Amino acid sequence: MISDLILMNGYGLYVWSAFAFTLLGFLSLYVIISLQLKKEQKRFEENFSALTDEKYNVAINQEIYKEILKYSGSKI
Amino acid sequence: MFEYFNPYRIFKINSILQKIIFFCFILVLSIGLVEALFLSPEDYLQKDSVRIMYVHVPAAWISLGIFSTIAFLSISVFIFKNKNLILISKSLAPSGILFTLIALVTGSIWGKPTWGTWWAWDARITSMLVLLILYALYLLSFRIFKDQVRSNKISSMIAIFGAINIPVIKFSVDWWNTLHQPASISLTEKSAIHSSMLVPLVIMTAAFALFSVLIFLMKYNTELIKIKNKGLKRL
Repeated sequence: MISDLILMNGYGLYVWSAFAFTLLGFLSLYVIISLQLKKEQKRFEENFSALTDEKYNVAINQEIYKEILKYSGSKI
Repeated sequence: MFEYFNPYRIFKINSILQKIIFFCFILVLSIGLVEALFLSPEDYLQKDSVRIMYVHVPAAWISLGIFSTIAFLSISVFIFKNKNLILISKSLAPSGILFTLIALVTGSIWGKPTWGTWWAWDARITSMLVLLILYALYLLSFRIFKDQVRSNKISSMIAIFGAINIPVIKFSVDWWNTLHQPASISLTEKSAIHSSMLVPLVIMTAAFALFSVLIFLMKYNTELIKIKNKGLKRL
């Protein structure tokens, strides 16, 4: 029963490799984009922390900056 | 109209949508895989190798859909001069190139048991290879040209001229003698595929579409944070 599902009448190697390639492609792209996103979030937090008090007060009042910090889960 | 394309608005919606889309993608993909690999029947001629269709066809459809969208947005960039449309196009491209690659590789794997060859310079396959090259050029243009105005212009030109390839891919099976069969599914005519095979195909297409939306949302947020990082330095 299980061997029938794996072998698929001799086409198993083709079918499983096509599905494996697709899922590996999905996983790879997801990991790459996640890492890029994390890297940018980290850089944003570092730049935000390095702001002078005057610049910080300007930045913190802008909706988009607040939203990015919230999205990054930042404690700033 | 463009207030809906406001980066802040999109970013806010993105943050909420990402988790929902991810959950839906895993759910739909799981159902699609069970249907495609175990529940759908084998073909009377191609036997079990027909199951490759459930990843090959949705990947090809979505790669074409994404490139068409990028081309449309690129034309809009020239008309409306809205930079956010470039950001949307740029964020769509990574999943587009992946789906083109999946369509080519799984097509090659399907070709071996069906046609007896991994590759042929068939009109459909060659035009899909051209699409892969266009996606690569589109993405590379953002890396090669450091001047933002220039890279935006060149990437948009690649997408607009590359759009000529879309009808070539679509009608290649009608215009030339190719190894591919003519389209079995049409929006205007009754499908030539039995519902037992059509249902898994539709489910897998939905899963692939959800994945491309998920990657788009993540990439859009990444690009926006990158821009805002530069903005922080200019404060």
